[in-house]
Amino acid sequence: MGRHVLLIEDEPNITEAMRFILARDGWTVSSHADGATAVNAVSRAKPDVVVLDVMLPGRSGYDILRDLRANPDTKALPVMMLTARGQVRDRERAESFGVSHFMTKPFSNREVLDTLNSLLGT
Amino acid sequence: MNGPRVPLFLERQSYRRRRLVDASRAVPVFGIILFFVPLLWPQPEPGEATGLAERGIYLFLAWGLLVAVTGVISVRLQSRLQEGAPEERAEGKDVL
Amino acid sequence: MSFDLLVSVSLVYVGLLFVIAYWAERRALRGGVRWLRSPLVYTLSLSIYCTAWTFYGAVGYASRSGLEFLTIYIGPTLVLIGWWWCLRKLVRIGRSQRITSIADLISSRYGKSALLGGMVTVIAVVGTTPYLALQLQSVTLSFGVFAEGTPGSFPVPDQRATAIWVAGGMAVFAILFGTRNVDANERHHGVVTAIALEALVKLFALLAVGSFIVWGVAGGIGEVAARINASPLAEIPLDRSRWLALIFVSGAAILVLPRMFQVLVVENEDERHLATASWAFPLYLAAMSVFVIPIAAVGMSELPSWANPDLFVLTLPLAHGHDMLALLAFLGGFSSATSMVIVAAIALATMISNHIVLPLWLSLRAEAPGNLRAVLLTSRRLSIAGVLALGYVYYVWSGGGRELAAIGFVSFTGVVQVMPAAVGGIFWRGATRIGAAAGVSLGAAVWAYTLFLPSFGEGVVFSAATFADGPFGIGWLRPHALFGIEGLDPVVHSVIWSMAVNCAGFLLGSIASFPTPVERLQGAQFVNVFDYSRGPRGWSQSKAEAEDLLIMAQRILGPREAQDLFAAEARIQGKAGFLPDTTPDFLDRLERELAGSVGAATAHAMIGQIAIGTTVSVEDLMAVADEAAQIMEHSIQLQAKSEELSRTARQLREANQKLTELSVQKDSFLGQISHELRTPMTSIRAFSEILMDSEGMEAQERQRFAAIIHDEAQRLTRLLDALLDLSVLEHGQASLNRESVRLRDVIARALAATGSINPDRGLAVRRDTLDEDILICTDTDRLAQVFINIIANARKYCDAAEPQLRIAVQRRGGKVSVDFIDNGSGIPVQSQSVIFEKFCRLSDQSAAGSAGLGLAICREIMQKLGGAITYLPGQGGAAFRVTLPVESAEKAA
Repeated sequence: MGRHVLLIEDEPNITEAMRFILARDGWTVSSHADGATAVNAVSRAKPDVVVLDVMLPGRSGYDILRDLRANPDTKALPVMMLTARGQVRDRERAESFGVSHFMTKPFSNREVLDTLNSLLGT
Repeated sequence: MNGPRVPLFLERQSYRRRRLVDASRAVPVFGIILFFVPLLWPQPEPGEATGLAERGIYLFLAWGLLVAVTGVISVRLQSRLQEGAPEERAEGKDVL
Repeated sequence: MSFDLLVSVSLVYVGLLFVIAYWAERRALRGGVRWLRSPLVYTLSLSIYCTAWTFYGAVGYASRSGLEFLTIYIGPTLVLIGWWWCLRKLVRIGRSQRITSIADLISSRYGKSALLGGMVTVIAVVGTTPYLALQLQSVTLSFGVFAEGTPGSFPVPDQRATAIWVAGGMAVFAILFGTRNVDANERHHGVVTAIALEALVKLFALLAVGSFIVWGVAGGIGEVAARINASPLAEIPLDRSRWLALIFVSGAAILVLPRMFQVLVVENEDERHLATASWAFPLYLAAMSVFVIPIAAVGMSELPSWANPDLFVLTLPLAHGHDMLALLAFLGGFSSATSMVIVAAIALATMISNHIVLPLWLSLRAEAPGNLRAVLLTSRRLSIAGVLALGYVYYVWSGGGRELAAIGFVSFTGVVQVMPAAVGGIFWRGATRIGAAAGVSLGAAVWAYTLFLPSFGEGVVFSAATFADGPFGIGWLRPHALFGIEGLDPVVHSVIWSMAVNCAGFLLGSIASFPTPVERLQGAQFVNVFDYSRGPRGWSQSKAEAEDLLIMAQRILGPREAQDLFAAEARIQGKAGFLPDTTPDFLDRLERELAGSVGAATAHAMIGQIAIGTTVSVEDLMAVADEAAQIMEHSIQLQAKSEELSRTARQLREANQKLTELSVQKDSFLGQISHELRTPMTSIRAFSEILMDSEGMEAQERQRFAAIIHDEAQRLTRLLDALLDLSVLEHGQASLNRESVRLRDVIARALAATGSINPDRGLAVRRDTLDEDILICTDTDRLAQVFINIIANARKYCDAAEPQLRIAVQRRGGKVSVDFIDNGSGIPVQSQSVIFEKFCRLSDQSAAGSAGLGLAICREIMQKLGGAITYLPGQGGAAFRVTLPVESAEKAA
């Protein structure tokens, strides 16, 4: 029984790095780079956990998160947000939208793995 | 220079006051007439008496009369003036 | 009766007057003047009209001319009972214009003319001096009567010595009570009270003597009438021309005699007192003259023919052995003389100091005097002494031998020359300064020539020949028969001629001249005084005043402040409520308070208007106008300041808004930078960690990860370079290295530099090297940087199947434009406005490694170079136009 994670991230290098790390840890990894279609991607992929970048082309991560929380299917889905703008205001905003975990770039690989695992309770 | 319009008819009090002022103005005219009567007296012939005492009495009676009339008018006018009625505006006015 | 007793009684009497005057003055200071200034006191003070001339001279006059002496009292009687015509107006003007003397009246009326004031003053002094001499003469004569009566016990007094003592004593009294203060309204409570007392004394004395003659000597009214008709008096014909002329002169004199003006107008406390005086003063005059004929008739029949009829009032009681009655009569005459002299001296001194000394003193001293008050007081004291000295000199010089009445008429006729200017001035607005001066001077000249100078007698000023044949034998210039009109009484002759010339000069001068503005204003204020001033107030005068003042103060100071001020003052005065007595202290304080709000002159005028009943004079108005102008200027300045303030505030608001915007921009800029820096760092860190934990990793994979790290590190470096570049450009620290260069070379260099970008996608570049052959003067590196940026963008983003870039150079107007147009899909309209902003990236995929700062840097560079870079819409692809100023091109070419 694999753990499925969806990466919504527009930086190809970061996506590649995370994919490598998570795959090595035994995750099933899928990715999506466009903000505008991200919500559909989540519905389609039905991941166990979502890693969501804030600054995405087409649509901001906050809007995507709000949509996810508004949908009954994805309401309880664990979402970890990643942002390069590490300002307090951004964290507060994410929490107000119901984020499961908020992480600032750059991150340590260990931290990402631990967080995702804890979000799934494994 | 036009003052405020003077009403055509005045209330009783103002009317009386105006007539008193008229009277006050008339008194000296009568005074002049009375005191100019001596001009009509015949000049005495030399050695003839003129009835000087009677003439004097006439002058002082005229004098007393004027004083009495002026007194009555003034006292009344005085008490009316105190009531603070505005001055007549028509008097003593010429326009330059 | 001993001389000592006479002198002692005189001294005691004078002492009493001093005490009364002093007491009244003290009372007045403490504010208790109401009964002191009753209509009765006012009426009695007018009795200074009845001088020693009346007291002694009337009997003498009657015994020479019969009833004619009455003219002197009939004239004033007519003027008083006709008070509504003229006196009322005169008094109102005097009060409202704060007139201090007859000279001041005329000077004020004719535009504050110093010349007229001086002229009137001189005439008044000349006209009054004989009169003063007359009083001295009467007092010395009366002393002489007692000396003759008791030759044994009496050291025959030197008449001149007596006169000196009398004059000196009067001078002391006048100085003491007439110059205590220089008040704006020139009122003297002590003097007025003392002369009121003297008025009672002389009336009582004359009535006592008269009663004694009628009932004690003659034996009843009928007896007296019979004796009168039998006396030589009854045979004296009435001179009709004199009757008319003297009534006119005496009536005019009461208006303009300096001393009468002083008591009638200046010392007037309340206009309504005039109403009382209008009948009471004629009554007083009648009472003073009713016994004159009986005394004259009885005196002529009882006393020897050599007895001086001027002294019957004294000699008749003495002849019948009634020493005490004679003493009373003496005191009456003494009172008449002293009261006249004192008031006349004060009035003249005021005129001399205000209209002669002060103008001279001020014109002699350039700088403003420090203490004008002291100067005024000193000049007044000296003037009083001077006036009395003059009277004494005249007395000594004229020898004191002439009948009293004659001197009186000379004096009257002279002073009356002022009348046309004064009365004309208050009834006729057309009267002018020129007219007044002409009338007064011509009239005075005629008077001097026909009456004053001849009055010294033949051989003194004019020789007998002059009287008989005229000066230098010119017959029609004979002083008593001008233009050959003979047979007239000299006084009548003088009155007719002087008045005719005077009025003619006044009328013609006024009609022919044009008044100054101040004159016209003053004329309007005088003639229409009832329109401008307040009427008499009610009995509760002080209360009404206080209320008016409160109303006014509330408007100016605000209700609360004004009420507090009034209530506090009332408390100090021990009264409840808000209406204190309007004491001078309080008025001063209130004026100061108001002055703080509306300016000193305005405050003074307002207080004066309400509390003193004065109208606003022209000077007041001018001062008020000055103040208003100052206030206006001040408010204009204030307005300018407030405009400046609001401008500054606006600027501050704008600056603040700009700062806020900048702060927001800075925040978002920092956020952007943070993002741009963290993104490559995230990759670098992630891959580094992967490499560190690289067991079981293929070498090829490891190499790829290392390459990514390298790329991202380079991206970071580029980003930092761009940021630094931008910062330098934005803060104006970039230095430009201008050099001459061909545009073609710069474009070629840029193309060469970008050749390595996307080499797999060949970009076809179309250019016209002929057009590009333009020499420009610019910073070649910076311009190349701009071109590289644009060309690189085209290489990266041109999405056409066969990418193409057209470079077109044009000279248009003063500028050179370089257009870079590709055949891609271009930039969406909504984005065209933001592409030059920092961190603007339109697409993502191919944007890796770009921070979105390129075009922002280009814009900064072009601004530095004096040109611009703009997006050129509607070219079928992305199109940028770079414009350079042609000046730089020309210069190099």
